Amino acid sequence: MTANRNPQPATVVIDGKAYTVDARRNLLEVALELGYDLPYFCWHPAMGSVGACRQCAVTQFRDENDTQGRVVMACMTPCADKTRVSIAHADAAEMRQSVIELLMTNHPHDCPVCEEGGQCHLQDMTQMTGQVYRRYRYRKRTHVNQDLGPFVGHEMNRCIACYRCVRFYREYAGGDDLNVFGAHHYVYFGRAADGTLESPFSGNLAEVCPTGVFTDKTYGDSYTRKWDLQQAPSVCHHCALGCNTMPGERYGRIKRIENRYHGALNGYFLCDRGRYGYQHVNEAGRPRQPLLRSGPGGVPHTLPADEAIATLADWIGRGRVLGVGSPRASLEANHALRALIGDAAFHRGTGAAESRLDDLALDILTRGPARIASVRDVEQADAVLVLGEDLVATGARLALAVRQSVRQAAFAAADAANIPRWQDHSVRLVAQDLKSPLFVLTPNADWLDEVARASYRGAPQDLVRLAQEIVHLLDYTQSRAPELDDDAIHLAHTIAEALRAAERPLIVSGTSCGSAALLHEAANLCTALAKGGRGPSIALLPRACNSLGAALLGGADLDAALARIDAGEADTLIVLENDLFRSIPAPRLEAALARLKHCVVLDAIATPTTAAADLLLPAGSFAEADGTLVNYEGRAQRYFQVFVPQDAEIRESWRWLQRTAQRLRRDNGSEALGEGLDDLTAACAASDARLAAIVDAAPSARFRIAGSRIPRQPHRYSGRTAMYAHRDIHEPRPPQDADSPLAFSMEGTRVGAPPSEIPIFWHPRWNSVQSVTKFQQEINGPLRGGDPGVRLIEPGTGGAYYDRPAYRAPQPLECVWIYELFGSEELSVRGPAIASRVPAPYLALNPETAAQLGLAEGARLQLEADGQHWQAALRLAEALPAGLAGVPRGLPGVPAIAAGAMLRIDGVSA
Amino acid sequence: MTARTSPPGKPLTDRIRPEHPPYALADYERHGGFQGLRAALKMGPQDVTGLVKSAGLRGRGGAGFPTGVKWGLVPMGPDAPKQKYIVANGDEMEPGTFKDRLLLEGDPLQFIEGITIGGYAIGASVGYVFLRAEYVEAAAALRKAIKECYARGLLGRNILGSGFDFDLYLHTSAGRYICGEETALISSLEGKRAIPRAKPPFPATAGLFGKPTVVNNIETLCNVPHIVHYGADWFHGLAKSKDGGTKLYGASGKLRRPGAWELPMGTTAREILEEHAGGMRAGLALRGFLPGGASTDFLTAEHLDVPMDFDSVAKAGSRMGTGTMIVLDDQTDLIGLLRNLEMFFARESCGWCTPCRDGLPWTEKILAGLEAGQGRPEDLEILRQQTRLLGPGRTFCAHAPGAMEPLQSAMKHFREDFEKAAAGRRVQVAESAGSAS
Repeated sequence: MTANRNPQPATVVIDGKAYTVDARRNLLEVALELGYDLPYFCWHPAMGSVGACRQCAVTQFRDENDTQGRVVMACMTPCADKTRVSIAHADAAEMRQSVIELLMTNHPHDCPVCEEGGQCHLQDMTQMTGQVYRRYRYRKRTHVNQDLGPFVGHEMNRCIACYRCVRFYREYAGGDDLNVFGAHHYVYFGRAADGTLESPFSGNLAEVCPTGVFTDKTYGDSYTRKWDLQQAPSVCHHCALGCNTMPGERYGRIKRIENRYHGALNGYFLCDRGRYGYQHVNEAGRPRQPLLRSGPGGVPHTLPADEAIATLADWIGRGRVLGVGSPRASLEANHALRALIGDAAFHRGTGAAESRLDDLALDILTRGPARIASVRDVEQADAVLVLGEDLVATGARLALAVRQSVRQAAFAAADAANIPRWQDHSVRLVAQDLKSPLFVLTPNADWLDEVARASYRGAPQDLVRLAQEIVHLLDYTQSRAPELDDDAIHLAHTIAEALRAAERPLIVSGTSCGSAALLHEAANLCTALAKGGRGPSIALLPRACNSLGAALLGGADLDAALARIDAGEADTLIVLENDLFRSIPAPRLEAALARLKHCVVLDAIATPTTAAADLLLPAGSFAEADGTLVNYEGRAQRYFQVFVPQDAEIRESWRWLQRTAQRLRRDNGSEALGEGLDDLTAACAASDARLAAIVDAAPSARFRIAGSRIPRQPHRYSGRTAMYAHRDIHEPRPPQDADSPLAFSMEGTRVGAPPSEIPIFWHPRWNSVQSVTKFQQEINGPLRGGDPGVRLIEPGTGGAYYDRPAYRAPQPLECVWIYELFGSEELSVRGPAIASRVPAPYLALNPETAAQLGLAEGARLQLEADGQHWQAALRLAEALPAGLAGVPRGLPGVPAIAAGAMLRIDGVSA
Repeated sequence: MTARTSPPGKPLTDRIRPEHPPYALADYERHGGFQGLRAALKMGPQDVTGLVKSAGLRGRGGAGFPTGVKWGLVPMGPDAPKQKYIVANGDEMEPGTFKDRLLLEGDPLQFIEGITIGGYAIGASVGYVFLRAEYVEAAAALRKAIKECYARGLLGRNILGSGFDFDLYLHTSAGRYICGEETALISSLEGKRAIPRAKPPFPATAGLFGKPTVVNNIETLCNVPHIVHYGADWFHGLAKSKDGGTKLYGASGKLRRPGAWELPMGTTAREILEEHAGGMRAGLALRGFLPGGASTDFLTAEHLDVPMDFDSVAKAGSRMGTGTMIVLDDQTDLIGLLRNLEMFFARESCGWCTPCRDGLPWTEKILAGLEAGQGRPEDLEILRQQTRLLGPGRTFCAHAPGAMEPLQSAMKHFREDFEKAAAGRRVQVAESAGSAS
């Protein structure tokens, strides 16, 4: 929030030492940055100061002759030149200790049974102030707790009323079902009544809350202390943004996901899909042993890993092999498959339409002229046009960033009124309803509508048309859009003016509408803006966590693979971490699979595709594998294995393939794929100049800090010798990690770990997530050593406009895709927490259309499209344009259909 | 409708007839009403502000900030924001204070005239009266008076043909003491939680709905028509001290005739208590008094000759506050009185900042323990510490520091009461050892 583009140097003296700092910042930020341990509660680096908790007291002196000073709150004190303060001064120290004593008058001291214990900011601050003795001897006030749904636990008695929860939930994330009720020491933070928190970002409450009021319920249900969690730096697999995460494991189960700060991407916050999507790792029914089906229709039986490898090697050795990769598998896994079977046999894991869109997105980003916007850049854009993406469902963290972008006008107003940007409530007071322009052009109602200056609803081709008109208004050499009505033309003028007037205009689009023309217009908007002298930025969201990586690797598409199977070219198909039924209509796919002799599937989840496998190799999920992903901005990021599963033959996909290559080399002398991750990463990097930099995404496995590895386990990890004593009283040798500098151990050093290799944010005296400030170059800035990952794409200077297809009006019941944050992504829906939030299959229709068809809300419909039949309940959607059929993409129970397919309603039952 | 020729000596209460309904508009005008507004509308807005400044009118809500200076902070001229507001603070919830109620129930038109002039002076086209929830009679009187003024063109568009537009709205509070704090009042008026705001920005530049706003006390605004009508010199002449005008003083406690009186600014406490309130009831002696409401420091008998004006009371170690005194006699339990006050302040904390939200309930509980004979010697140390830690600068607004004023001064002046209470406990400690968690 505090973008310090032009620092104003000022000298401040803290406890007698002079520092040159930026005058536009506050004393608390600066003191923390300088390494002082100054306690605080209500201040949050992303949300600024409000002066509520009175914890960060320091003594301020008028000048060098003033010995008495007066107590002020550091978070509310600007670093004016010649400011003299003392943190150590007795008055300030007494104040800080007393505030803790007051907060504790109502705190239940239930640390031993509290999920926050050991990672609690309140514990840390209490220790830091030296408050150890309880003088309060009266009744404590108590509250009734609420059931807030599957994600967030609630224990109000622990509340210290710092107001961070409501400030995050309401002011930062725009939610309105969490609030503060009551007054004085009965203030209550919760909902008006029990019920599931509605915000897509509710899980952040667990990290925003400085104590154990709001906790991660999925973590609490299967609880382990933070110091007993084995952790590794990871990257979220549930959309294309590449948010950095820290999964924690104990007893072979992922216990929770915590945010891993990334200055350019997720910052301090994750969406609930990213935080709670991990539970598929713990799923009982996931593949854990290799399975071989003997003969068609046979029952699969388990077999040892080396036999499975030998079987695969044998099948490959016989030739006539095709392979299908995956946009949710790592670069290394995809590369391993391609190298194993050869370029000609490799197919990327996306259908023709999606492959074309991913290639196009890559082309647009590479060609320029727009800068590729990081999430942080999005927050700082001062005019935003969202074209076709329901961001909160397809890239939720980006939607949260767009929501922040509308505050740019508020910051400008605050600057003009000489109000520091960090003085949060004063900025909001001065700005009132002032918002930077945001325009949301999507098929259906959108989470961002309420902060948008204007929204527009249309079928993808109608959105294209409106965008074309805007391009025309920005550059008159471009033709006008056909047949737009006056309202749309007026809106186009408004949008064009706002974009033209902006200093940092941003276009956000993506592949979720399935429309290449839409991506063309997004690019054309940038070209027109650049021609007009504006430096536009662009963010294009593909579907999956490694869609851009898969596009960079290239290869023929999935439809081409099926065509080759149809043509009788293949006996064996190897499918890598991909449920083909999500891309290809079932009848078409089943027909192709029936022509194969061997279908080999490597996956971490049980899918219809794994069910069709003749040989199934259990792949490691994100938690049991290392690899590299390329996010929407073309940033290659490495994620690391969190734990080694026991009692299961789970391997990284690439390792199965690497082992198979070694077996083949032994059998017939073919080329091997090296040993371990580094070899594959290097080979992948060498395969294409655009991928050359992926080796720099993180240090190699040989990296050491003063000869030591970086431990995945905290130095207080307990029970190491007892955890598996029920199996064997001898302490097992810790698994060895040949693929990364991390160790499955508590031995080694984390001090000075490179930013991509930080498994835990911890600092002496800072046991909570608030310790992240100790890892940043400056508050809200990059991590020390730079934010993780490496950009593979640098935009060029741009070129000609992309052409536009002739306009075709949408047909009656033409399908448009609708996306669900909980439901459209295949991994996250498998955990019970998220599954409980996934809607049943539905069809969305405008009420007018429903009325014409004589259908009422909730009607059970038999539907048909692309030769597939399914059932869904009718949902009326006011915002959806009349005539369109809104089909939730990827939702369990909804088949794979093509964008723009025609829907048929076959029947209705009550 | 003739202008009065001789100025009144007690302008604020001149038209108030106890036990009678307030004057209707015609009678009000017959008794000199709206002469101030008529005069003001012929002046430039800044001249009105200048006049109020030179009259030395200081805010009657408690802080005593010079009203003209406050108005002068509002941006004026062509570059100033078009929309500005003037808000009357009628959330009179200070324990022992009932002066604004008297003015609103007795002469609502005087107030309306005052706020209209204020609006004119700062260029506000909208005014709000933020009225204490319990003041139903005042609300009824105001509603009636506002309606009359609209009907006569004294509110609304183009008032008295001057081109000045001014709309006045009555907002009755939901009942929180903190709404007397001007920024909390503004938050509440906007429909938000009544929580004070960080300053700067001050309301004069960013107040109600982010627009320049002046918040004045009811009594303050009631002085304005008279200042404009009779002039600054006349206003100075009313007072016995350098702060101009008269003041509505009040007194409560075990007095013979508790009440409120309009007297020259600077009248001594002795005159108010002994002459107007008739002295203590039989058999009782004055032990101390809170000069300006519950949130001011105790003064004692030795301070009775202090003139009740802002500077003199401050010099004596307290605050003039609202000028409405609460008297402590020698037979009322001081600890009980303080417990009662702190219970009020604890309950009325908005809950925003820690020292106030959690410190006041603890203070209240300690006092309750002392009162019930369950005190411990260490209680006094905790109380002393609270008076420091809940003091000015330590909290977000002045609520908790105000709550500490009676306590800290009582501990200074009446130390023996506390020591007695704390010692009384010492005997019983052994009997019921062990404490609540």
